[in-house]
Amino acid sequence: MRAGDLLDESLAGLVTRPGRTALTILGTVIGLGALVATLGLSRTASNRIVGRFDEVAATEIQLTSRPQALGEIDPALPWNGPSLIRRLEGVAAAGNTTAVDTGDALIRTAPVRDPIRQTEFRLAVQAVSPGLFEAIHADVANGRLFDEGHSARGDRVVVLGRTAAARLGIATVSNQPALAIGDDVFSVIGIVEDVTRQHELLASVMIPEGTAAADYRLASPELLLVETDIGATQLIAQMAPLAVRPDAAHVIKVAAPAEQRRVRDNVESDLELLFLFLGGISLLVGAIGIANVTLVSVMERTGEIGLRRALGAHRRHIAVQFLAESATMGTVGGVIGASLGTLVVVGVAAAQQWTPVLDPELPLLAPLVGAVTGLVAGLYPALRAASMEPVDSLRSGT
Amino acid sequence: MIAIPTTTEVQLTDVWRTFGEDPPIHALRGVDLSIGAGEWLAIVGPSGSGKSTLLNVIGCLDRPTAGRLELRGQDVGQLDDGDRANIRARELGFVFQSFHLLAHRTVLENVMLAEVYRGEPRRGRRERAAEELQRVGLGGRVDYLPTRLSGGERQRVAVARALLGRPHVLLADEPTGNLDSVTTGSIMQLLADLHASGITIVMITHSETVARAAQRQVTMVDGTLAEVC
Ligand SMILES: Nc1ncnc2c1ncn2[C@@H]1O[C@H](COP(=O)(O)OP(=O)(O)OP(=O)(O)O)[C@@H](O)[C@H]1O
Ligand SMILES: [Mg+2]
Repeated sequence: MRAGDLLDESLAGLVTRPGRTALTILGTVIGLGALVATLGLSRTASNRIVGRFDEVAATEIQLTSRPQALGEIDPALPWNGPSLIRRLEGVAAAGNTTAVDTGDALIRTAPVRDPIRQTEFRLAVQAVSPGLFEAIHADVANGRLFDEGHSARGDRVVVLGRTAAARLGIATVSNQPALAIGDDVFSVIGIVEDVTRQHELLASVMIPEGTAAADYRLASPELLLVETDIGATQLIAQMAPLAVRPDAAHVIKVAAPAEQRRVRDNVESDLELLFLFLGGISLLVGAIGIANVTLVSVMERTGEIGLRRALGAHRRHIAVQFLAESATMGTVGGVIGASLGTLVVVGVAAAQQWTPVLDPELPLLAPLVGAVTGLVAGLYPALRAASMEPVDSLRSGT
Repeated sequence: MIAIPTTTEVQLTDVWRTFGEDPPIHALRGVDLSIGAGEWLAIVGPSGSGKSTLLNVIGCLDRPTAGRLELRGQDVGQLDDGDRANIRARELGFVFQSFHLLAHRTVLENVMLAEVYRGEPRRGRRERAAEELQRVGLGGRVDYLPTRLSGGERQRVAVARALLGRPHVLLADEPTGNLDSVTTGSIMQLLADLHASGITIVMITHSETVARAAQRQVTMVDGTLAEVC
């Protein structure tokens, strides 16, 4: 049998049943489309996540006090840590943040206790130095942030994180709302909508560090958050303890990006694995579709197989014809699926204003994967067809 | 007077074909048959007597359980599957009661199919197939789908397909079994023309009229053959 004849016969088997062929191909289209789309989207999404990590992690240093040796009760971080560290070249912003222990004090917005509505909340109160807002890129939705003046005077003002404000039912500061922490009344001067780091602050009530030191007897800051210029992180990390505590650098603990990079790598590979798994499942479903339809087609075309054998077809001619049919369906499905998958990636990325990221070999690989899928799916039906005895197939088919 | 030496086209010697084990069905019980080149043989007999089984064995579609089958002096009973397929492609032509045309392919493509497994060059195939259709009187139907043809026309397409490539032997299992008497007449005329052109024809039929058109008749009864004189 000539290769040209084989090709003609296989193609004829497909184009003479266009509806069925299209439906069968649809399985692979969906499978490979999903694979390309999920791989592309996972790349695009993780690129974005990784990008965020890189941007935030690469410019962040956290200073805390090392667990104190026995007998050393000296507070590790000084109040003026931010201004000390800002003297270093390469530091963009720095600020303290400290959890405030308010005892059993709840937070209230209404002056009187209303027995029906919940008016008291347990919210985290965080003492924040004004410089911190810059270091976390606080995005003010409403009102203003407090400054060094508020802190120095010990003013009773608070800035609310977005979530804390929502819980307290405060949407705006234009009507000069107030809240009480225990029995102390504070005026709300601003609401922070978003931050790039220290996201837990969004659920907190933030008060000036000076106010906290005066009202709640804070001994020392808990965390000194430093934002550096890009590339300066490692150097600043080395110099920071001495800059903050020239007398006792060893009591300062520094957390630099090296540790965070591992988190980012984990996120990336977890995402890819999940999406690869999903894509693989879709492809398997596509393959089962082809196998199924090819098998049905073999059964339906029993008579045709018998006739071809009577006309002199060898078993292998029959097998190869059905394999060529299923491989062609797989390839075409792969091409269409890869195109649709790419479109989906580009479309979603455009809608989210992300940069679409796709391995360049993926759209080229997809038809190949489709062909292999078709071949594998067609293997069993093709062998079934080839193993039929000509007499039997002639008798049972018309 | 000089005796014309007739060559033997098909020779069966004590051919058995047994199906199954428990109990075994002996569809052929020691058939001896010799068919000369250019002969037109009709096989008649009751249903289930083994006629189709015999034709399938002769056509290399089925293997005898025991005995010897020779085509043109070649022992084909022992050949492997591939060689037997090549014999079917090059030396035998088949016509079936149910036509066996591919419903989605045109009349012309159906006829061309006969050359596909012969490994011959594709050039001129279309013309050869069209010529064969012309010969069976379907020159004007080449682009039809078989579903648009009458039963008689379909069977003539099948005959054209069987004839493409000039087989030595035409094997027909009840070629008129699905046809009315008028169309049966036209197919018989076709076979008579082929016989006149020297092709060997082995034909199974249930119809006495059809059988009488053949030069020689044999009766199959319960797996054994008897000559009808
Ligand atoms: N593949 C098979 N397996 C089992 N038995 C078979 C098989 N093929 C044929 N037979 C049996 O062999 C016997 C002869 O069958 P065959 O088809 O040759 O009869 P036939 O003379 O052609 O009948 P009909 O005129 O009805 O076509 C029958 O009893 C049939 O049941
Ligand atoms: Mg029969």
